[in-house]
Amino acid sequence: MLLIRCPYCEQELPEIEFRNAGEAHVARPPDIANENDADFEKYFFIRTNPKGIIYERWRHVHGCARFFNAARDTVTDRFLLTYKAGEKKPKKLPGAGKQ
Amino acid sequence: MTISFRLANAGRLGRAKSVRFSFDGKEYAGVEGDTLASALLANGVHLVGRSFKYHRPRGILSAGAEEPSALVGIHRDAERKTPNIRATVQELYEGLNAVSQNRWPSLSFDAGSVSDLASPLLSAGFYYKTFMWPKVAWKSLYEPKIREAAGLGVAPDLPDTDHYSARYAHCDVLVVGGGVAGLAAAFAAAETGARVILCDEQADLGGALRYEQGATVDGQPGWEWAQATVAKLAAKDNVRLLTRTTGFGYYAQNFVGLVERLTDHLAQPSPDQPRERLWQVRAKRVVLATGAIERHMVFGDNDRPGIMLASAARAYLNHYGVAVGRQVGVFTANDSAYWAAVDLKKAGVNIAAIVDTRDNPSGRAIEEARALGIELNLGRTVIRTNGRLRVSSMVVQAKKGGPERTIPVDALLMSAGWTPSVHLFSQSRGKVAFNKTTNRFVPGDYAQACVSVGACNGTDGIDPSVAEAFAAGEKAAREAGAKARKLSRPKAETSESWSRGMAGAAPGAGADAKSKAFVDFQNDVTAKDIRLAVGQGMRSIEHVKRYTTNGMATDQGKTSNLHGLAIAAETLSKTMPEVGLTTFRPPYTPVTFGAIVNHSRGPLFEPTRKTPMHDFAVARGAVFEDVGQWKRAWYFPQGGEDMHRAVDRECVTVRKAAGIFDGTTLGKIEVVGPDAAAFMELLYTNPWQKLDPGRCRYGIMLREDGFIYDDGVVGRLAEDRFHVTTTTGGAPRVLNHMEDYLQTEFPHLKVWLTSTSEQWAVIAVQGPKSRDIIQPLVEGIDISDEALPHMSVRTGKFCGVPTRLFRMSFSGERGFEINVPSDFGRAVIEAIWKEGQKHGACMYGTEAMHVLRAEKGYIIVGQDTDGTVTPDDAGLSWAVGKKKTDFVGIRGMKRPDLLAKGRKQLVGLKTKDPKTVLEEGAQIVADPRQAIPMTMIGHVSSSYWSENCGRSIALALVKDGRSRMGETLYVPMPDRTIEVEVTGTVFYDETGARLNG
Repeated sequence: MLLIRCPYCEQELPEIEFRNAGEAHVARPPDIANENDADFEKYFFIRTNPKGIIYERWRHVHGCARFFNAARDTVTDRFLLTYKAGEKKPKKLPGAGKQ
Repeated sequence: MTISFRLANAGRLGRAKSVRFSFDGKEYAGVEGDTLASALLANGVHLVGRSFKYHRPRGILSAGAEEPSALVGIHRDAERKTPNIRATVQELYEGLNAVSQNRWPSLSFDAGSVSDLASPLLSAGFYYKTFMWPKVAWKSLYEPKIREAAGLGVAPDLPDTDHYSARYAHCDVLVVGGGVAGLAAAFAAAETGARVILCDEQADLGGALRYEQGATVDGQPGWEWAQATVAKLAAKDNVRLLTRTTGFGYYAQNFVGLVERLTDHLAQPSPDQPRERLWQVRAKRVVLATGAIERHMVFGDNDRPGIMLASAARAYLNHYGVAVGRQVGVFTANDSAYWAAVDLKKAGVNIAAIVDTRDNPSGRAIEEARALGIELNLGRTVIRTNGRLRVSSMVVQAKKGGPERTIPVDALLMSAGWTPSVHLFSQSRGKVAFNKTTNRFVPGDYAQACVSVGACNGTDGIDPSVAEAFAAGEKAAREAGAKARKLSRPKAETSESWSRGMAGAAPGAGADAKSKAFVDFQNDVTAKDIRLAVGQGMRSIEHVKRYTTNGMATDQGKTSNLHGLAIAAETLSKTMPEVGLTTFRPPYTPVTFGAIVNHSRGPLFEPTRKTPMHDFAVARGAVFEDVGQWKRAWYFPQGGEDMHRAVDRECVTVRKAAGIFDGTTLGKIEVVGPDAAAFMELLYTNPWQKLDPGRCRYGIMLREDGFIYDDGVVGRLAEDRFHVTTTTGGAPRVLNHMEDYLQTEFPHLKVWLTSTSEQWAVIAVQGPKSRDIIQPLVEGIDISDEALPHMSVRTGKFCGVPTRLFRMSFSGERGFEINVPSDFGRAVIEAIWKEGQKHGACMYGTEAMHVLRAEKGYIIVGQDTDGTVTPDDAGLSWAVGKKKTDFVGIRGMKRPDLLAKGRKQLVGLKTKDPKTVLEEGAQIVADPRQAIPMTMIGHVSSSYWSENCGRSIALALVKDGRSRMGETLYVPMPDRTIEVEVTGTVFYDETGARLNG
């Protein structure tokens, strides 16, 4: 079971308190009703699914109930960073590249 | 009377109490402290089982958890028959009843052993080759026959009467393994004051000190030092000692699973005592002191009973006081087996000969064996053995061949070297590294905050192990935050040392050898099988493993993996690291389902949710159905009614007089804030801004893909306050969906969301008499049709308690839904029931509710929709705000496929024979005479007998359904084809006149 740091509670807590909510930094287009098919496809269907660092959303559903973002290595399952919803995608990750 | 092999002057059990037990119905005596294996050996019993595939007689290989052969069933009582228990770890208790496995009719004569003769058919990959064709024979012949013939124990056929418990634990340092290294590490960590957990799979800690005679630690004999150290640790408040506890799984972030066996060693466990306890430990640092496992020699007929690991014979002698034979041979490639011969010889057991594949071994072990006059055969090998149910002799030959010499033995000890137990390290995702000098895999790169010490780290010798472990224990504690003065470590000495040993087939068991040289005893895999797999094109060790099943039995190849790898590597002309080691996965040793499932079974499998009116419904005779976790009243039979009659009566009564229904399980969400209406606009398809406070609207929620996600009636209580209802099962996900958008996409909106599902009890009163029934109970609300028309909401008092009173209907009748605080639900429904009876009302359940709504064509999300249904498909376009510029799903709805012709649309179906009720889920076709497979154009989503309509009714999703009104379609069933007519979705009161009273 993973330990995940909730950036709102500022605590590292067991995975069972959290729920994954898919890829992060996929913003809903402001004028979504008028998106063309290609752009809507990109927004709604296309995800990166990387081997390595993924930026994803989690919700502290059995805690503070907040959604937040995380950078996780899909190979090791290691969380490199968690940060609040709305914050920019970090340019540098602590310990990235390390096993 | 059996002859005893218990020696008076050996072992530690001394004059322990005698313990009676039975094996295959025969009575034996052992002593307290025995394992089943040591007690059987003390009685001269070596034959304990038949092998998995060839039904060959098998004995006891080891004295520990790695045992692949001595698997028995332990039958405590009718319910508790545990198969595949390793006799080497099962502690003896008074009355223990063990039975051998995989033999018929008896262990000494097994009819299935003919498969040994038919073994060419059962070679590597036989599943894939021999039994593939014809296809039908697999199901009827091969599969059941193979299952019958090949296998181990029989699974118990009654529910487990034991119970199991679970605990979470946190510590600074977890030490897995309580041998000399584990004890030294735990002691050092404990001295710093750190919180330490030390676990070991054995009943007594001490590990290899159990049999290593010459070792001293801190001047004490090794075993005594171990027991003294255990006593010191046990006295410390910061240490938790767990014996009979296996660390079986190493998961992410130092999360380690342990299973503690609490009653399997007891003659009469208390019924209150859990059988096992699952520990889920989160450790800041983990110290692995899991030791090493001795490998057997791979040579012809190396599986006969009486052939065992040298270290096992030593453990039986030095701890249990049991001689494994009277005329013992030794076959080795390694020094440590000599010590077994030396110990046995000193205890008075005759050593027939030591056969060593090495030409010029040297060192104290060899010297001491020589000094005792033991015959040494250096540079020689054992090419086969004889004996039917027990080894009777070994056949010795020079490595290069030549004359054979047969040496009679009644036991044969073997040692090919030691394999560090890197299982948990590997599970932690650490990478093993191959050490060429010592020919073994040892921990390389670590992935977690963990360290390996002692034999499992490839550290040879007792003093280096203690030094390494002590330092590692102290360091781990300091890294975990402990601060203490410098500690001084215990000093250890021993006469013994490790040597390189060998991996793979012994000389004489090469590719041209005829006899079976077993690599994996539990899965009956021979050296030949592995060569065959390579010969047939398997290159990766992972493929060789799966093709031959080497290492895939419940022992997970503890003794066989390295041999298998070495043989594959040799056949491929590659080095072992080039071929690679297979991955170790949890569990280290088998874990019971009981420990994993734990309390989560029966009524504790998941929570049961009951409404505050549950007991009231029970008292009215309700039959309940499960809806998610809820218990919901399904129908209320009276006077011996069956379900059909009860539901008919309830449906008719609601439309003639009134019915009372518990609607508490509906999800309820309070949407509050200055931007509440704006938020509702974004989350639902409907327009909300112009909905007046006090009015309600049926809302549809979509996902971004444009499909219906949920629905429900929403009441606007004030400009800034909505009372949202969701489907019973949908409440948590709808709130999650709302929170997601509010927190991440629309965070600028000032809105607060609160689940109020548990706060309100809801009682629906539906039917022409509904207003008369509730009138006397309402305070401060005018409930006339003029003041409170259909789809309105008011707050006031009901039976003296605060209420949100909805005028709404899911039955098509004049109806009310009365929300009161949950605590008052029971009292309020009783008051309504009292009034209702005056007007001929009935209680009705979910089945009647479903029929009534279907009569009106009201959909149920999840039944009449399935996640691919748009509002238009469901005939609900009217609920989509045409002028809205944004809501979740607005763009998804406009995807080409969702606008295309030929979509399935919700329609009604009437069977041509009104008495025929369709099956929900049945497929619909246009032409019943077409060839199979037919083109299916839709399916029945809801279907009931409607007593009010005097006929069956159904809702269905049918391709282009709305343009097929009046068409005849067909529902093919196994026994007949049913003709149906496509209709509108409203079967009763099409104009909706009754809604308005």
